[in-house]
Amino acid sequence: MSAAPRMNMIQAINSAMDVMMERDDQVVVMGEDVGYFGGVFRATAGLQAKYGKTRAFDTPITEIGIIGVAIGMGAYGLRPVPEIQFADYIYPALDQLVSEAARLRYRSNGDFTAPITVRSPYGGGIFGGQTHSQSPEGIFTHVSGIKTVIPSTPYDAKGLLIAAIEDNDPVLFLEPKRIYNGPFDGHYDRPAKNWTAHPASEVPTGYYRVELGKAATVREGEAVTILCYGTMVHVVAATIEELGVDAEIIDLRTLVPLDIEAIEASVKKTGRCMIVHEATRTSGFGAELSALVQERCFYHLEAPIARVTGFDTPYPHSLEWAYFPGPVRIREALNKLLKD
Amino acid sequence: MTVDAPRANLPPLSLHVPEPRFRPGDEADFSDLVVPPAGAARRPDTAEPADRFHELAYGLVRVLDDAGNAVGPWDPRLDAEAKRKMLRSMALTRAFDERMFRAQRQGKTSFYMKSTGEEAVSVAAALAMAGDDMCFPSYRQQGILITRGYPLVEMMNQIYSNRGDPLQGRQLPIMYSSKETGFFSISGNLATQYPQAVGWAMASAARGDTRIAATWCGEGSTAEGDFHSALTFATVYRAPVIFNVVNNQWAISSFSGFAGAEATTFAARAIGYGIAGLRVDGNDALAVYAATQWAAERARTNQGPTLIEHFTYRAEGHSTSDDPSAYRSAGEPNAWPLGDPIRRLKDHLIGLGEWDEERHAAMDLELAETVKRAQKEAEKNGILGHGMHQPFETMFEGVFEEMPWHLKEQSDQMIAERKAAGI
Ligand SMILES: Cc1ncc(C[n+]2csc(CCOP(=O)(O)OP(=O)(O)O)c2C)c(N)n1
Ligand SMILES: [Mg+2]
Repeated sequence: MSAAPRMNMIQAINSAMDVMMERDDQVVVMGEDVGYFGGVFRATAGLQAKYGKTRAFDTPITEIGIIGVAIGMGAYGLRPVPEIQFADYIYPALDQLVSEAARLRYRSNGDFTAPITVRSPYGGGIFGGQTHSQSPEGIFTHVSGIKTVIPSTPYDAKGLLIAAIEDNDPVLFLEPKRIYNGPFDGHYDRPAKNWTAHPASEVPTGYYRVELGKAATVREGEAVTILCYGTMVHVVAATIEELGVDAEIIDLRTLVPLDIEAIEASVKKTGRCMIVHEATRTSGFGAELSALVQERCFYHLEAPIARVTGFDTPYPHSLEWAYFPGPVRIREALNKLLKD
Repeated sequence: MTVDAPRANLPPLSLHVPEPRFRPGDEADFSDLVVPPAGAARRPDTAEPADRFHELAYGLVRVLDDAGNAVGPWDPRLDAEAKRKMLRSMALTRAFDERMFRAQRQGKTSFYMKSTGEEAVSVAAALAMAGDDMCFPSYRQQGILITRGYPLVEMMNQIYSNRGDPLQGRQLPIMYSSKETGFFSISGNLATQYPQAVGWAMASAARGDTRIAATWCGEGSTAEGDFHSALTFATVYRAPVIFNVVNNQWAISSFSGFAGAEATTFAARAIGYGIAGLRVDGNDALAVYAATQWAAERARTNQGPTLIEHFTYRAEGHSTSDDPSAYRSAGEPNAWPLGDPIRRLKDHLIGLGEWDEERHAAMDLELAETVKRAQKEAEKNGILGHGMHQPFETMFEGVFEEMPWHLKEQSDQMIAERKAAGI
């Protein structure tokens, strides 16, 4: 078998939708600018030309409409994959996501379901200011009834997106836009890398799944467990490498349902735990992780659990790199955690 | 998809998905576009109830005819000085856009949005309102700030997120805010300003004030729920507010058909809500002025809200992140039959004998110089990405009026970490 082609994350995501539209004619993609143009990040490029306008279409600019319509299409029997252009614009859709998509199965006792996969680019690092940088995952992990998935590599992005589309429950699929074109080590002042040199940019062209609810151990280690996802997986890995710390890095990949076994086993092994995410700190997903680790691994912990997160401020424009939880903040927190 | 159809004798349904008339490679041809003649639209008395002139929501209020004459009942009969001022503000807006677009391309900032071809929509409206009326704009009405005399240097400081930025580098470039200028803080989220404008107008009415509010959004943004909430509140409380829909026919790559333009006009949205609706030639500065003046008079005399659709054309890309050649015909901007607002007002003034090509060229030169000088001045305060222009702990200020303990702690922690790291 010849080696799989190299893909960046956008191409991998595009390939996942292509594969699923080919396999299952109930799969439709929709959203602002996704049809003819192929999306402002080009994630749906070529799909309208290949599958036609009734399966890949532009929508009016109304996020609550997009999600409501996707739910209705799902009720008919389709498998919609709506795109919200930026995760920052998901708030207008909140009611349809929280009160409807997430509750439909339960309230109708399975009579109706919402097998929709909401894709949305999220996260900072692109000088996008307040409304092109946010990480709203914690809002949705707090809502019972919706799955939340965040890939960190092209390979995972494709396999997870296929699994998400095939899932019969609503899935929020957040795409870390800073790493669409290449992994990011957190050093914004160094030249950007593309994906080609990364092993996980080898992406099979056909169908494969990466199961939801399974974390990946990015690096095995003994000194400390670092829980992270999305862009931060790469920032953490590079920082660990620079410091020469024997950390175990766990890429959660799915936040709900969470791979609690992988977390528990790792923290019990290392005795230390650090959580890194871009999202703001208070009531962020790190708070949930911290509580879970404390509940399950308390007697194995040798130091308090550490959190490195976005600060509890709106996302600033000019001070982006002071805000972003980059190598400096991870290093300082790690030094402290290992000393304790 | 096949469906087991119990009523198989019925014809199968089909889904309509709108498609613009021209795509890349197509020749743009607007020859069949029906453009009503200038001067033909009736101008109702401002006290007339909104249901008496529904036709104005489907027609096109135009003042300037093809020869550049101001004709018909909507001619605001401005003196030449006022018209020259209008022309100058539009030209300055364009010069500012050119310069800042270039600054972004030179890597001096992260983002910019031009309003090329749509200058009349903000400039003429700002001139027709009182200086203390409140504006709730979208990101494409920089012409309001410029018309109201807000300093260009301040705008540029904001664009550069530099030491002089009145918003302390917190916001994306062009998301200005100036209460003093009656210019509400711009949001990145579309149409949120619409109900806010209604709220301001309701408050003004409830307090027995005389000021009114106006708001702007693109035609694409009329799909958002906020737009419809705003119209409902406005009609219920007869709020003294002017709704401007800037129909530049494109919303990034989506043509206006994705906001409903295949079926009706945007001005006609007003009819369903029982409010006054006008459809106006948005590239005719005198028509925009007249419509705004009319709507303002209605608002100020408790006749309630007016929705004005400004029919115009987005002559350039959506923003510095956009390349329109990927989704629309390259010939569209030139083929657009309603022309350019600056050129049309200029021709009108020349026709009156109140302006000439030499003065225009001299003005353009002078405005370019003015903008260049402002840019030099602003760049003394720094450009984006070249050093930290705000002390980093300012990041924690302004989240709340008083900083709670957790932000104080995060701020202290950040200072300590940076110190430990030697930065
Ligand atoms: C709630 C929300 N959804 C989506 C976007 C992304 N977006 C920014 S501008 C734009 C197009 C708006 O088009 P239109 O309203 O016609 O205004 P124009 O840009 O033409 O002035 C879109 C989709 C956004 N900023 N906010
Ligand atoms: Mg538009």
